[in-house]
Amino acid sequence: MTDVTADGVSGTSSITTLDPAIAARRLARRRAAEWRFQAYGIAAILFGLFFVALLFAVIGAKGWTALLQTQLTLPVTFEKSVIDPNGTSNHDDIMAADYTSLASAALYKRLGISPDDAAATALADGLISTGSDVELRKVVLDDPSVIGTTRTVTLLAHGNVDALLKGTIDRAVPEDSRQIKDQQIAWIDRLTAGGSLAKTFNWGLFTRGASSQPETAGLGVAVIGSLYMMLTVLAIAVPLGVAAAIYLEEFAPRNRWTDLIEVNISNLAAVPSIVFGLLGLAILINLVGLPRSASLVGGLVLALMTLPTVIIAARAAITAVPPSIRQAALGVGASKMQSIFHHVLPLAMPGILTGTIIGLAKALGETAPLLMIGMVAFVVDYPRSPLDPATALPVQIYMWSNAQERGFVERTSGATLVLLVFLIAMNVIAVILRRRFERKW
Amino acid sequence: MVAFSDTAVVNGTGAKSLNGHTELPTGKVVAVDCNVYYGDKQALKNVTVGISERSVTAFIGPSGCGKSTFLRCINRMNDTIVGCRVEGKITLDGEDIYEPKLDVVQLRARVGMVFQKANPFPKSIFDNVAYGPRIHGLAASKSGLEEIVITSLKKAGLWDEVKDRLKEAGTGLSGGQQQRLCIARAIAVGPEVILMDEPCSALDPIATARIEELIDELRKNYTIVIVTHSMQQAARVSQRTAFFHLGNLVEQGDTQQIFMSPRDKRTQDYITGRIG
Amino acid sequence: MSNQSLFAVVLALGVCAYVVASYRARSLAAGKPFTLHSRLHYYGAFAALWTVLPALLTIAVWAMAEPMVLRGVMHSHLPAEVLAKSAPERVMIDGTIGSLADGLARLAPDEVEQALAAKTPLVGLLATKGVAMGAEPAAFQIAAAQDLNRATAYSRFGVTALALLLAICGMVVSILRVNRGLRARNAVERIVLAGLISASTVAILTTVGIVLSMLFETLHFFSQVSARDFFLGTVWDPRFSAAGSTSATAGQFGLVPLLWGTAYISAVALAVAVPVGLMAAIYMSEYASKGVRSVVKPVLELLAGIPTIVYGLFALISFGPFLRDLGSSIGVSVSASSVLTAGFVMGIMLIPFVSSLSDDVINAVPQVLRDGSLGLGATRSETIKQVVLPAALPGVIGAVLLAASRAIGETMIVVLAAGIAANMTVNPLQPVTTITVKIVSQLTGDLEFNSPQTLVAFALGLTLFFITLVLNIYALSVVRRFREHYE
Repeated sequence: MTDVTADGVSGTSSITTLDPAIAARRLARRRAAEWRFQAYGIAAILFGLFFVALLFAVIGAKGWTALLQTQLTLPVTFEKSVIDPNGTSNHDDIMAADYTSLASAALYKRLGISPDDAAATALADGLISTGSDVELRKVVLDDPSVIGTTRTVTLLAHGNVDALLKGTIDRAVPEDSRQIKDQQIAWIDRLTAGGSLAKTFNWGLFTRGASSQPETAGLGVAVIGSLYMMLTVLAIAVPLGVAAAIYLEEFAPRNRWTDLIEVNISNLAAVPSIVFGLLGLAILINLVGLPRSASLVGGLVLALMTLPTVIIAARAAITAVPPSIRQAALGVGASKMQSIFHHVLPLAMPGILTGTIIGLAKALGETAPLLMIGMVAFVVDYPRSPLDPATALPVQIYMWSNAQERGFVERTSGATLVLLVFLIAMNVIAVILRRRFERKW
Repeated sequence: MVAFSDTAVVNGTGAKSLNGHTELPTGKVVAVDCNVYYGDKQALKNVTVGISERSVTAFIGPSGCGKSTFLRCINRMNDTIVGCRVEGKITLDGEDIYEPKLDVVQLRARVGMVFQKANPFPKSIFDNVAYGPRIHGLAASKSGLEEIVITSLKKAGLWDEVKDRLKEAGTGLSGGQQQRLCIARAIAVGPEVILMDEPCSALDPIATARIEELIDELRKNYTIVIVTHSMQQAARVSQRTAFFHLGNLVEQGDTQQIFMSPRDKRTQDYITGRIG
Repeated sequence: MSNQSLFAVVLALGVCAYVVASYRARSLAAGKPFTLHSRLHYYGAFAALWTVLPALLTIAVWAMAEPMVLRGVMHSHLPAEVLAKSAPERVMIDGTIGSLADGLARLAPDEVEQALAAKTPLVGLLATKGVAMGAEPAAFQIAAAQDLNRATAYSRFGVTALALLLAICGMVVSILRVNRGLRARNAVERIVLAGLISASTVAILTTVGIVLSMLFETLHFFSQVSARDFFLGTVWDPRFSAAGSTSATAGQFGLVPLLWGTAYISAVALAVAVPVGLMAAIYMSEYASKGVRSVVKPVLELLAGIPTIVYGLFALISFGPFLRDLGSSIGVSVSASSVLTAGFVMGIMLIPFVSSLSDDVINAVPQVLRDGSLGLGATRSETIKQVVLPAALPGVIGAVLLAASRAIGETMIVVLAAGIAANMTVNPLQPVTTITVKIVSQLTGDLEFNSPQTLVAFALGLTLFFITLVLNIYALSVVRRFREHYE
């Protein structure tokens, strides 16, 4: 290609007429820039992956020990004189009996200390959890025939014992700055060697309710509360969301009103979740007067929050069904409503389902709105209905994270692990469903 | 430049090895036994052809016959398609374009392309044309760059229409003007070969006529290969024509000869409208 | 009748209506089903819907309104000094009256008369019926309780009568309308359409609800603290004032330090998330092989599904202390809840968000533009930097704005990882606090509902809502225009 310009200063107009040295240098620079650019991309991806891994590693490392709990196995004598002094099998007597003394007695016997040695008994009492009286009472209530007999019972050890065996309390620290004393350590080692003290799988983490002691605290109430809330979200957000999506996709005329609705929905999907909490507080609790801490209220707030997500997912699923299906249905004489409910909706179901599961997963992890409506209550017993006070998994994590006792740090991370497992399971199910039912039209 | 001998008609079904050819084609761009696969599907079978310098060669044939695929092999645009495999040898001025030492970036500066639908960048008209020279470092100074842009626009016959609106967006032009802008953009890099993939298929007859005039001007200085589904356009514009059918290069030769007295029955069927 | 049993009765009536109407339709068809306009079940549905829907609507509306009305009745008996008490005390008094009413209801009317006439203590009497009272109720409480019981009885009677009346009328009229000319399917479908439309308006109702609910409390707040002090104030110090406080001990509610903290932390978060998310999206859509994409994409989606409290916890127990210790090892004082801690962790949370939005935007740029650039001999990176990204720019800006909106509204990460004191510092190693942190802290203390300390939370919430509203609407319109341009 001949140069049009005779002036060599202004450059050449073809790559073949460039000075080869300059051309080669320039090419090398461009290739280097290309390589660098790709490297940035890979670095960015690795950065993201690294932090996923780090997050899981940190939480896993701090939390997996919550799945184990130290327990004492002792033969306990269920003294009739303590439990049922009047011999009348009076329910109130049985409820009010001093079971802690029975547990202590069993422990003193095993350790070989005299009940009169005040200093020793005080130390020994520090080995048993304060919740042991409830455990013993349950044994008696379940089977009153144990009164007067000696049975081998498994009791929760004190939180400090658990912390020691898990390494959270450092033996090397001088005795005065430790919560566990040397004598107690000696006993603990003896009991462990003898098999009376051992770490077992902590079912209590999943069955117990709130407690001020870490060893008796569990997620049971939180799980049930979250379950009620998810059911409420499912019952409210899904029908409403699908109905709205059907209307907006199939029936709505393109006018200002429907434009407004669409802008609203897109905006609501991006509104900070705490604002929904304020809405729930102002209207559901103050105006309508629903009970604070009820999972129904939490469910309603979360349903309002999940609604835009469901609408958007349902709309996408309905739009993906090709018009030929609708036209075929209309062609055989179905009404528009029939073509939608009998043909389009079933085909859009997988997409709607996937969107719902993802929306539920988001709702499960929400904390801020629930804090606003007061689900931070200290609830010990399972809620029997959605109107009873309850709490939710992420809120329980938040509450435990504020607690000071050492044992709660482990529980916080352990609860987080449980939450993450639930969420990963839900997301995996959503992905599998999406892959299985995905149709390429 | 000696053109390919008109007596060689490649048999579409036989697999000729490199050594089996009686005469190798010659030209600015030469392909020998080119096979292209998309995954398992074979799109081009043993295409052997020579493109003469400073003339217009037209590729014709029914849809899906592989002419665009072959065009895209010449500037290695098929590299961007995942799963596309090219076998055989294609040379530019005797150099194998698939040789590892050859940087594809420089190949594409020597072999330019104009696409079916005009695709100006969302930049100003000036920046559209200046993009190529900037990247390849063709201009030593700002004034040099301006000269390249002005020259290219003049050569593409667009200068008079846009000279006072160089800063406006390229996408604001009409369809025909956009395509001429794309031609100017391709010329600005100073290619030796210009590949055109159905450049007029989205344009009205008047704009088409202008572009055909332009092609006639450009062939004085560039080697042009044009893919077209319009036989009339091929007859008007090209000096040599190659007919593709179902992935085979059925016949090639002087345009007059192909249209007046085709040697292969398939070519005749296509020209008379019985197939395609 | 209680709401649950009323609901059940209405539903039962609906089922009856369905059965009777279907039967009537079938007999009208007399064995030739094509003489009717619609299929049989539509006639049944028509009758059932007209029976059930008006009644259910009445029950639902009254269920929302009844507590308010009854509370009003109760409060009409309360003397002025009781009404002036604080919210928790009033809740307790309401509860007492409620228990009292419950107990009185368990006694026979003449027992009550006798007790009141003889001035015998009601506490003991009520205890025998299983209602525990802390102290002997005052006269106004007894009057209120009795009135409450009366009002409740009227209310229940009224709603039961109305609902049953509507249900039965609906049933009768709709069954009578079943004849050959009735286009049952059309009627039913009209009702279904009305239902679909009302579902769609829930979105608008929610927005209206959000604005109104916070607006009232905000106006209430502004009646106690001037709007100017709030929006322009630079000191945040909402001391919980004791009862009868003077303005000297009242708190200061300046928004500016909170805005500063929110903006600062969000800026740090975006500085982390945007480059990383954008580059990751570019690599995945332009360079990555199918295999890599199929692995990395789900993992990034996993990051997106992690609840924000987990990030907050991570910052609290790991990242914050790490930065603090790192700082002290090089002699720099770094707070464990610094801007850097909260901002960085929030940035990590936003990476998948930015990445997926950018991915959508980059894929919307048509392939022909890339081909045009590659055809001129540009490298992939030059094509991306000089053609694709400029073309995608409006979309990317939209994505960044949406990410900013997310960052501004984020609560749990900052509650756990950011500071509490409203600092206006430029030093990223110091703690600052945000609007969302303050909303949480003002509402999770002791609730004295009408004090400025609690009401300010609503003012903050409304401010937050409007900021994110503006960002969202602008961002969404930018992205929409961008998409329309390329489609």
